[in-house]
Amino acid sequence: MSALLELQGVHTHVGAYHILHGVDLQVPEGQVTMLLGRNGAGKTSTLRTVMGLWKASAGRISFQGADIHGKNTPDIAMAGIGYVPETMGIFGDLSVKENMLLAARRARHEGELDTQRLEWIFGLFPALKKFWLYPAGKLSGGQKQMLAIARAIVEPRALLLIDEPSKGLAPSIIQNLIAALRELKAQRCTVLLVEQNFGMARALGDRVAVMDNGRVVHTGAMAELAEDEGLQQRLLGLSLGAHA
Amino acid sequence: MTAAAIPKAQFDSKPLLLLAGVAAAGLPLIGSPSTWLTLTVAGLAMGLIVFIIASGLTLVFGLMDVLNFGHGVFIALGAFVATSVLAGMAPWVASPHLLLNLGAIFMAMLAAMAVAGAVGYAFERVIVKPVYGQHLKQILITMGGMIVGEELIKVIWGPQQLPLPLPETLRGAFILGDAVVEKYRVLAVLIGLVVFAAMLWVLSRTKVGLLIRAGVQDREMVESLGYRIHRLFIGVFVAGSALAGLGGVMWGLYQQMITPQIGAQVNVLIFIVIIIGGLGSTLGCFVGALLVGLMANYTGFLAPKVALFSNIGLMVAILLWRPQGLYPVTNR
Repeated sequence: MSALLELQGVHTHVGAYHILHGVDLQVPEGQVTMLLGRNGAGKTSTLRTVMGLWKASAGRISFQGADIHGKNTPDIAMAGIGYVPETMGIFGDLSVKENMLLAARRARHEGELDTQRLEWIFGLFPALKKFWLYPAGKLSGGQKQMLAIARAIVEPRALLLIDEPSKGLAPSIIQNLIAALRELKAQRCTVLLVEQNFGMARALGDRVAVMDNGRVVHTGAMAELAEDEGLQQRLLGLSLGAHA
Repeated sequence: MTAAAIPKAQFDSKPLLLLAGVAAAGLPLIGSPSTWLTLTVAGLAMGLIVFIIASGLTLVFGLMDVLNFGHGVFIALGAFVATSVLAGMAPWVASPHLLLNLGAIFMAMLAAMAVAGAVGYAFERVIVKPVYGQHLKQILITMGGMIVGEELIKVIWGPQQLPLPLPETLRGAFILGDAVVEKYRVLAVLIGLVVFAAMLWVLSRTKVGLLIRAGVQDREMVESLGYRIHRLFIGVFVAGSALAGLGGVMWGLYQQMITPQIGAQVNVLIFIVIIIGGLGSTLGCFVGALLVGLMANYTGFLAPKVALFSNIGLMVAILLWRPQGLYPVTNR
């Protein structure tokens, strides 16, 4: 299967700090690729570098075969990459509707939103319909995460970069989120998902890349890693079974 | 959960109650209802002019964290352009017909906004752009830009004070019982309210307005959605400069005398307003400006010696109550 996104020897510096040390990564089309690793391994930095929020100092980043290294963030987003940051990036003073309207770049007002797609999103995240006119800043943590993902899919995107969606959420909310992401997966959405919750990683991932010290140190099938406790111990310093 | 069970988002009305409280507290302290009415209208007029000037600056800061201490030069520029336009339209200014007088003022305002907006564009490209993200350099270079701007105004219009007289029918006052309400102040209140309503409409009903509000909260996320925040910022900077030019005309007509330093004189008030309003908040800027206007007029009447410090005291009191300002912007 062809790689939709490919990073080759990507280095990133933030100020005086050398964060990524030559990341090589392939994200195949139509699959969910999990990006795992300990805190500080470089997972979030990789997503930020792909989005152009931090500029890669060396290496090549290609998306759909075109080089996007050095492009500005809006150009990268317009090329078809949706991004859900770790902080969710919700505009708290705007309503749920206004957040969605901003993400739908072709819609100038609510009437121009794709109603069929919106109904599909409401099916995934019913709370968003209920709180449509409610200020996003007043939503619960789980609802904010749903809004952040809904915003990224309000228009078709070729690739979704999602950074730790389960962070700080209650187990029951995480199960809802897994169900929604499974539905996205069933639609053959290509996703690069950073996650610390290994149960979620196992439930969703097709492929996995494990990072350590700003490099990808392992790539393979998620199922392979999920079954090999020795590999888990070696790469992650723990066993997935203990954290399912 | 039914729709009826959804908790309603509460509008924070405490700052508005504070505003009403300050106005109400002024009545017993001043004693005479007619004097109170005169001072209140003057305070609202002053507050709304300051709001027009400060509203662009608060969005400029909110969007790009740019500290523009040179905003005052657009105020002065607007006022001086108005003197030239009104001098060129002397027959309309001296006419006893209200429509011709208003026509002259609106032409002066349009010209002032156009010139201030154009100079604002050049100011952003040449002076502000090289120092994005560097607060200390922003303060120094924008203050320097204001000094250069003031000197250029002296070169063009001369260093002396210039009169900016009101047109014929806007001089004088309405007499309401024992109260004297100056005609121009009523006009200033009306223009201020129209500008405020227009800003609220743009910010809440248009996509550009949504982008501005979103950009004030999280500019990185706006870019991640595919929008070019720098273009938006340039637009807001130009609009803010044009509004400062409009405010300069109104402030000049309020004072009826202008100097090249008129902008620097108002600068302190503007920064007090955007700080107590909450950086980046238009509603906060509006309420803050009205509080400053009322406080300046009430204390100017009750205790002229403390009038100069009253707004500093107001700022300290509000920041002790709400350290992020009256209407803090989420995510900042």
